[in-house]
Amino acid sequence: MFLALADVFAFISRFFRELFLPPYEFKEIIRQCYEVGFRSLLLISTTGFITGMVFTNQSRPSLSEFGATSWLPSLISIAIVRALGPLVTALIAAGKVGSSIGAEIGSMNVTEQIDAMEVSGTNPFKFLVVSRVLATSITVPILTMYTIFVALIGAFLNVSMNEQTSFTSYIQEVFGAISYVDIFASLLKSIVFGFTIGIVGCYKGYNSSKGTEGVGKAANAAVVTSMFLVFIEEMLSLQIVQSFR
Amino acid sequence: MSKTSKTGEESVISIRNLRKSFGDLHVLQGIDLEVKQGENVAVLGRSGTGKSVLIKIVVGLLKPDSGSVIVLGQDVERLTAKEMDAFRQKVGFSFQSSALYDSMSIRENLEFPLVRNIRNLSRADINKAVEKALDDVGLSQTINQMPSELSGGQRKRIGIARTLILNPEIMLYDEPTSGLDPITSIEINNLINEVRERINATSIIITHDLTCAKTTGDRVAMLLDGKFERIGPFDEVFADPDERVRQFYNYNFIN
Repeated sequence: MFLALADVFAFISRFFRELFLPPYEFKEIIRQCYEVGFRSLLLISTTGFITGMVFTNQSRPSLSEFGATSWLPSLISIAIVRALGPLVTALIAAGKVGSSIGAEIGSMNVTEQIDAMEVSGTNPFKFLVVSRVLATSITVPILTMYTIFVALIGAFLNVSMNEQTSFTSYIQEVFGAISYVDIFASLLKSIVFGFTIGIVGCYKGYNSSKGTEGVGKAANAAVVTSMFLVFIEEMLSLQIVQSFR
Repeated sequence: MSKTSKTGEESVISIRNLRKSFGDLHVLQGIDLEVKQGENVAVLGRSGTGKSVLIKIVVGLLKPDSGSVIVLGQDVERLTAKEMDAFRQKVGFSFQSSALYDSMSIRENLEFPLVRNIRNLSRADINKAVEKALDDVGLSQTINQMPSELSGGQRKRIGIARTLILNPEIMLYDEPTSGLDPITSIEINNLINEVRERINATSIIITHDLTCAKTTGDRVAMLLDGKFERIGPFDEVFADPDERVRQFYNYNFIN
C-alpha cells in the first residue's frame, strides 16, 4: 500500500519536473487537446442538455408545493454552476478520455512502443504523459464551461415551456444567484478533475502488466479510480469553497 | 546476401559477469561477452532464458543486478539521463514486436526519432532522410500507410528502417525472424547483412532460428542455464555432442 502510494507520488513529481524542462511537445499537446475536447463534444452536449432539462423537471414539484417555482432559475443556476456542470463533465471525461488514455498507453506498453521511444533517445514520459495530462487539465475546464452553458439552455427550455419565463429574466435570475467565487471555484475544481483524469489514466497505462489482459485492466482501473477520486475531490472542494463564502 | 566480415580488433561491447534475476527466476547467471567492431554475434537459447533481457541491459532499458556492461567505451549503468539519450542515438534496437507507433503513419514513425534527436533539420532534409531509410529497406511505397496495414515482415523492415535513420554504430535485433514465413525470414536475414555492410554496424542478434544465426552471425553464443556455455563459429558450436546443443540443432534442421 505504502509502496504503491510512493510510486504514485513519484509519478506525479516526475510529471511536474518534466513539465518545466525542455524540449516541449507543443504539437502533441495541441493534438491531445483536440482528441480530448472535440471528440467529447457531442457526448458532453447531449448529457449537459439532458441534465439541465431533467434537473429542472425534477426540482419543479418540490418548489411548486410552496408556490415557489419562480425560484427555479436561481436553484438551477446554483446547482449547475457549483456542482452538476463540473461533476457531469468530469464523469463523462473519466469514462471517455480516461479509459482511452489508460488503454492506449497500456497497449503501447504491452507492444514495447514505450521502450521503442526510450531507445530512440526520446523521453516517452514527456511525449505521452505530460502532453496528455496537460491536455486534460486544459480541456476539462473548457468543457465544463460548455456543459454549464448547454445545461442552462436545457433548463431554460424547460422553464420557458412550463413557467413562460422570458429569456432576459431567466438570465438575470441565473446570474443573480451565482458569484465570481462560484465560477472561479468551478473552474479550479475542473482543472483538478482534468489533472486527476489524465494522471490516473497515464499512471494505470504506464504501469499496466504485460498482455492484453493488462490493457483491459488499465482502462478499467483508469475509469474506476478517476471517478472515485473526482467524487472525493468534489467533497473536499465543497469544504474549501465554504470557507471562502 | 551473404555476410561479409570486416571485424576490427577493438571491443565495442564488453559484458563481464552479468547477473540478472526477476524474483526467484535467475535468468542471467554470470554472462561474459566481447563483441568486436563490425562483428555480428547471434545469441541462441530457449525461450524465457533471458536473451532479450541481455540486449535490454545493453541499451539501458533494464538494470543488471551485478556485473559490468561497457558499450562504446561507456559504462551503461553510470550514464546520466542526458548521456543515455546521446548513447541511445548510437544504438539501434529492432524489437521482436517491431514496436511501430500504431497511431502514426510510417512517415511519422520514421520522423519521430529524427526530429527529436537532431534539431533544426529542414522539412526537405527530414523528407530526404525518411525516403532514403525506406528505400534502404525496399518499402518506399508504404510511406503514407499506417502500421496496421502492413504485413509482419514489412513491419520488421520498417522497425529496422526507423532505427537506421539515426545512423547507429551498434544494432541489436530481438528475434528478427520470429513469426515470419521462411522466405520473409531469408529477406530479413539478408537485410541484417546489408545493414552490417552498409554502416559497418556491430550487432547482437537474439534468435532461436538457427538459419538466421548461421546466415548473419560471425559467431554464435549459446545461452544455457543463464551462462554462455558455447561461443564460437556456428559449425564449431554445433559440432558439440552436448545433448542440449544437439536438440537445438536437430529441431531446426530436421535431422
